[in-house]
Amino acid sequence: MSAAVPHDALSDLLVPSSYRFVEGWGMVSGAYARVLEPRSREELQAVMATCHEQRIPICLRGSGRSYGDANHSTQGIVIDLRGVNRILGFDAERGQVEVEGGVSFEQLWKYLLPLGHWPSVVPGTMAPTMAGAAAMNVHGKNNFKVGATGDQILELDLVLPSGEVRTTSRQQDPELFRAVIGSMGFLGCISRLVIQTKPVYSGQVRVAAKSAPNLRAMMEDMAAHVGDADYLVGWVDGFAKGPALGRGLTHIAYHLKPGEDPNAQATLQVSHQELPASILGFPKSEVWRPLRLLNHDRGMRLLNSVKHFMGKREAKRKPYLQSHAGFNFLLDYVPNWKFAYGRQTGRGLIQYQPFVPKERAAEVFERILELCQERGFVAYLGVLKRHRPDDYLLTHALDGWSLALDFKVDPKRRGQLWDLCDAMTEVVLEAGGRFYFAKDLVLGAGAFQRFLPADDLAKFRALKRTLDPHGVLQSDLYRRIFEPLDHPGPLPLTDF
Amino acid sequence: MNDPDSVHDAPVRRVAAQSTTAQRRGAIVVGASSGIGAALVRRLVREGYTVGAVARRGDLLDALQEEMKLEPGRVVPLVHDVGQVDEVGPAFATLAQEVGQLEFFVYAAGVMPAVEAQEYNTEKDQLQVQVNLMGAMAWCNQAAMLFHSQRSGTLIGIGSIAGDRGRKGNPAYHATKAGLATYLESLRNRLSEVGVHVLTVKPGFVDTPMTAGLEGLFWVISADKAAETILASARRRFWNTRYVPLRWWAVGMVIRSIPSFLFKRMNI
Repeated sequence: MSAAVPHDALSDLLVPSSYRFVEGWGMVSGAYARVLEPRSREELQAVMATCHEQRIPICLRGSGRSYGDANHSTQGIVIDLRGVNRILGFDAERGQVEVEGGVSFEQLWKYLLPLGHWPSVVPGTMAPTMAGAAAMNVHGKNNFKVGATGDQILELDLVLPSGEVRTTSRQQDPELFRAVIGSMGFLGCISRLVIQTKPVYSGQVRVAAKSAPNLRAMMEDMAAHVGDADYLVGWVDGFAKGPALGRGLTHIAYHLKPGEDPNAQATLQVSHQELPASILGFPKSEVWRPLRLLNHDRGMRLLNSVKHFMGKREAKRKPYLQSHAGFNFLLDYVPNWKFAYGRQTGRGLIQYQPFVPKERAAEVFERILELCQERGFVAYLGVLKRHRPDDYLLTHALDGWSLALDFKVDPKRRGQLWDLCDAMTEVVLEAGGRFYFAKDLVLGAGAFQRFLPADDLAKFRALKRTLDPHGVLQSDLYRRIFEPLDHPGPLPLTDF
Repeated sequence: MNDPDSVHDAPVRRVAAQSTTAQRRGAIVVGASSGIGAALVRRLVREGYTVGAVARRGDLLDALQEEMKLEPGRVVPLVHDVGQVDEVGPAFATLAQEVGQLEFFVYAAGVMPAVEAQEYNTEKDQLQVQVNLMGAMAWCNQAAMLFHSQRSGTLIGIGSIAGDRGRKGNPAYHATKAGLATYLESLRNRLSEVGVHVLTVKPGFVDTPMTAGLEGLFWVISADKAAETILASARRRFWNTRYVPLRWWAVGMVIRSIPSFLFKRMNI
């Protein structure tokens, strides 16, 4: 007998939905899923409450910028939060902005800049949502100075699977607040946030470049500026060997003081922040195509060398002015740059970003770069940053450094690449390092257990059982790192 | 926490799960109960596809399912009125999940009520907009989202040579088919960058319930022949708009080039 269109509880909510392949930003992990796009907090509550009642697993997703499996799920539905995206208000005196969870960094800075403010923390792309940034506690190039996203959040609303809303801050239910930041969407959905922003007196920052002959020199350069710089970021050439191991280029940036920019009125306009429309004559939307031609070891060795020598010239220039967007959102210069890694099934990239305490960072990163070269998997892009610790329950932050390495994934060599990551993970964990799940696709529960204190993990799981008694909030990441600890197999939930 | 020996029995890594539906070949045909839609379902099922067959009339779908029982593929019938756009999201999700890796999506639903020469009937026009155009957009939007996300697939819309010009006969039919062709062209331009093909089919006279009883038809082909040609062109990816059979392409060229000051005096 022919079936009629199913009238299940979720369909009856009339929330826009689609069925599609939902993948991580790196394109090497993903799953088909029904995606619901609530347009308001009320719709979000209704969807979550229905899933809670029906025991349907929920994977929370913002802009899908996590590289790995944090934003997709082979079980249940995906909630895409981007429709819950109103900016609710701005307190100019205190510089505090109130937004819904689906508001993106792009919306936020375009709203704030003409008002003379800039988000205190922004990642390398303006696409992520505020809820996603809080849930993964993402950081920017100023992590060492102002902390990560969580440190800028003054208050937030959390929608629990039951549909109930909890408001939390450092004063109100601080235990919950500490757990929600960096909770990866496993405790509830962040529907509203109050965020502290930073007053700026120009639409530009002053940038100085410094070329470094090797990794240790670069870390010394950066360490020397931790006290005075506003932003610090180092680019690392993964191909350089021997005495040049880890050579690269440091960018040190400063906010301008009041009155320093005579054209502040003009530079604070959104139009001043436009990223270049073309690069070397290619329209920017097509730049990934020529990059694709260079996407192999020889091409990337060449590109990294060219960048190093250009960097040496750049370092001889006087410090220059660059727009906030131009300095911060490097990843947005080339839309869909990830397609340069190939678009066929199984191709793409992973980013491996260990965080290592400052005492041992240089030695660990050198070992890692050597390991990559020994095994024939050189990272096509390496980025070095300085971090500071924070007190969130599932934090990856520490007083030290991180080195983000982009690896091309070739389906034929995937196993070997994962083996290399395991070897690097051993080096990092032995040195007391940590990992960051917005980037990771390779760690297992065993590694996760080793860097998080056991009592913090126990606290988190107790809270999870209280707030999400049916365990509906999960993702492929959840099942990769938590489930082997909690359950012998998949949760006994109805497949949806 | 730093005692490495205690945790070595736990797995250090687990590779993220891959999709499990990649092995099965699937298709969805909307408007599957008769005509070109039904013929496409038959051909795809014979080739081994699992085909989601959507139509308003459940008895015809049941008959089709019964007829295809012994073939290598399978029919997954779903009763749905394309005028109910609210149902499309869940309906598409149900079918897409059921059929496996979706290779083809076909929108073949269409109505052409008889309209008199001096008849201006808003009710009939509205029905045609709903079925021929609004339903197509609701369904193709869903298919486009899936194809875009999986970076593969072929989307086929059944337009008509009637969409090439606004003729005297049935203004709304011509308008909806013209609208469909333009809509599909936009989808094609959006989806081609991820390797998804969008094929607009413009059949001439095909022996189907829609043309039954009409006079003055010529070059009539069977629905099965039309389906064969459509599938072959969808796979070859040469044509973006395919007249079926191809000789109508020449007719279309001529008709599209007649200037309006002559066209309005002609009786075609």
